[in-house]
Amino acid sequence: MTEKEYDKIPGTIVFDADKSREGYHLNQFCISLRLQKNRDAFNKDEEAYLDTYPMSKEQREAVLKREWNLLLELGGNIYYTSKLAANDGINFQNLAGRMTGMGVDSYREMMLKGGRSIEGNRDKSEWGED
Amino acid sequence: MAKIVAGVGCSHVPAIGVAMDTGITHEEYWKPVFEGFKKSREWMKKQNPDVLFLVYNDHCTAFDARCIPTFALGCGTEFQPADEGWGPRPVPAVKNHQKMASHIAQSLVLNEFDITIMNEMEVDHGLTVPLSVMFGDIKQNDEWPALVIPLCVNVVQYPAPTGNRCYNLGKAIRRAIESYEEDLNVIIFGTGGMSHQLQYKRAGLINSDWDKRFLDLMTEDPVGASQITHLEYLRETGSEGIEMVMWLIMRGALNENVTEVHRHYHVPASNTAVGHIILENNA
Repeated sequence: MTEKEYDKIPGTIVFDADKSREGYHLNQFCISLRLQKNRDAFNKDEEAYLDTYPMSKEQREAVLKREWNLLLELGGNIYYTSKLAANDGINFQNLAGRMTGMGVDSYREMMLKGGRSIEGNRDKSEWGED
Repeated sequence: MAKIVAGVGCSHVPAIGVAMDTGITHEEYWKPVFEGFKKSREWMKKQNPDVLFLVYNDHCTAFDARCIPTFALGCGTEFQPADEGWGPRPVPAVKNHQKMASHIAQSLVLNEFDITIMNEMEVDHGLTVPLSVMFGDIKQNDEWPALVIPLCVNVVQYPAPTGNRCYNLGKAIRRAIESYEEDLNVIIFGTGGMSHQLQYKRAGLINSDWDKRFLDLMTEDPVGASQITHLEYLRETGSEGIEMVMWLIMRGALNENVTEVHRHYHVPASNTAVGHIILENNA
């Protein structure tokens, strides 16, 4: 695939047309959890509820295992996956704590100290990535 | 004729709404956030606007992936607060100035801004949190002190509209509003931002120096601000910092020369840098 200008930003997935296409059914599943009746149905039987959304096997597994980063890699968008997190009682900040691998407490502490600095976080080379 | 008297730039962090709804704004964590809106609330009372034109984005609440309009104008009679997965906010329904909204819709399309018209739409924290911070606590069975015309912008799926497009749309919105025959005072809101990244391994990014420069540009050099690229927003302000293009719609609707009457900046509110500015049109 042609390289995109934002591919060099580390630790970031830009939800563009390619991601949107790949994640369509996954995201539609997530947003269905916005409504209580759907949350009830999903929580009663996750597998059966997921049968109604034609997502890939990988996406389905990532949902069942709540692999938050993998969900984004497979086309999920944070505003959709956050609906799955909300269903589990996880708010945006706690979700970020998980995605960064820092854990909830040290993530919160970092935010209280002014957040993650831009220095050293502009380019993948600074993270030792290609 | 209707007149735009001022513009407000304001973050719309959902946790700010939760803090107000659960009555914890006096806690240490939240105090400095709300302290900065004290003056704004007094200012709003004094202004007593008839209509707010409020630019915001939906966070995959009213719009799902089936339909992603770049610019969607609320033209229905009223908009109910949406359930975003944790129950709807306990705030009043948002009432529109429907006649003015449809006038704006018509004027924009004739001025070659082909917006989407929404006659039914729920609204999420992107719209109701700025109302709450600027008006204070308003009970659910009460009414918001002003009518609200919502303009919803896609900033979720890349690419968001460019800053330049947003700035020019602001100008077209001004022409539309100021050609409306009723004598009404209108305040335009640009919401979202400032630097924040909610997702993946770089989540938590905050770039205060960049944010403060953006606030300076809002007052002094809006044309310069309108030329900031998508790549710069994504890299320097985090993947969700791109919401700031919505401030440019607000800024485009004001005079080139404005008076900055208030500014507030604080880190953090949840994952986000809170930014706020009030700009009055010079007479």
